Amino acid sequence: MALIRWQTNPGELSEQSDFDRLRQGMEGLLDSFGSPTPSFTSRVFPSLNVTEDKDNYYLRAELPGVKSEELDLSVAGNQVSIRGERKIPAEKGEFNYHRREREGGAFRRTISLPVELDADRVGAEMKKGILKVTLPKHEKAKPRKIQIAADK
Amino acid sequence: MEEKEMVRQGKKEVKRTGEEMRPGPVFMPAVDILENQNEIVMLADMPGVDGQDVDIDLRDDVLSVRGGVSLVEGEKETPVYREFNWGDYFRQFTLGEVIDQEKISAKMENGVLRLVLPKKEKVRPKKIQVSVN
Repeated sequence: MALIRWQTNPGELSEQSDFDRLRQGMEGLLDSFGSPTPSFTSRVFPSLNVTEDKDNYYLRAELPGVKSEELDLSVAGNQVSIRGERKIPAEKGEFNYHRREREGGAFRRTISLPVELDADRVGAEMKKGILKVTLPKHEKAKPRKIQIAADK
Repeated sequence: MEEKEMVRQGKKEVKRTGEEMRPGPVFMPAVDILENQNEIVMLADMPGVDGQDVDIDLRDDVLSVRGGVSLVEGEKETPVYREFNWGDYFRQFTLGEVIDQEKISAKMENGVLRLVLPKKEKVRPKKIQVSVN
C-alpha cells in the first residue's frame, strides 16, 4: 500500500477546511492508483527483465559473482522461482576496506507469467553475471490458427 | 542462523559531463576497495560485461574503469516486464598512492572485475628503528 504524506500546513489551517484537506487527500490517493506505468518498485533481489517472442518467454537477471551451482531454479505452471545466495568471499591477508558497496546474502524471487510454461523444455545459462532463462510457452497456451470451413 | 536477505539496489546512473560516443545509459558499478601494505584491490560488479570490453586507464592519480555491455536481448523479443536497463559502466577514482603501472592486473569473472594495483616500492611504509641509548 502506498503511504501518502499527510499535508499539514500550520499557517493555513484556518483558511483550509477539513473538508478541503479530505478532498485533496482523496485525489492524491486516486492518482496513486491510476498511475499508468506498471509498478517497478519491487525491492526483492535480483532485478529481472522479461521479454517474449512467439514461442518463449526470456527471463534475465543480473547476478554478478553468483555461480550457476549456487542458484536454484524451478518452474511450475506459470511460475518461475529463483533462489540462491550471493557469497562475497573474504580477501586473504590483512586488508583495510575503503569502500564496501557490494552486498551478499540470500535471495529468492518468484514471478508469474501470463501463460502456462512447458517446464520440461526450460533452458538456463549463466554468462558474465547474467542469468538467462528460456521459458517455452506451453503448446496449449499458444494461439492457434483456426480454419473456417466455407461452402464450396 | 537466519541468512541476510538481499534487497534490490537500483542501478545508479552516472551523471555525464560530455556527450557519449555510444547512446544509452551509463551506470555506476558497485565497488569494494581494499588496501593492504602492498596493493590496492578493487572489485566491481559489472554484469553483462566481457573481459575484452573493459577499459582501465590510470593517468597520474586518476583511475578510470569502463565496461561496455555486449549481452543484449534478441531483436525479435518484445519486453514484457522491465526492472533494469542495459548500459555501460563507468567509474573514476582518485588514488592516494603511487601505483606501479607495469604490474596492474585485471580479471573478469562472472561479471565481477577484480583489479589489483600494486603500490610502488618506495611508497611502502618503511620501519625505522629508533635507537635507544
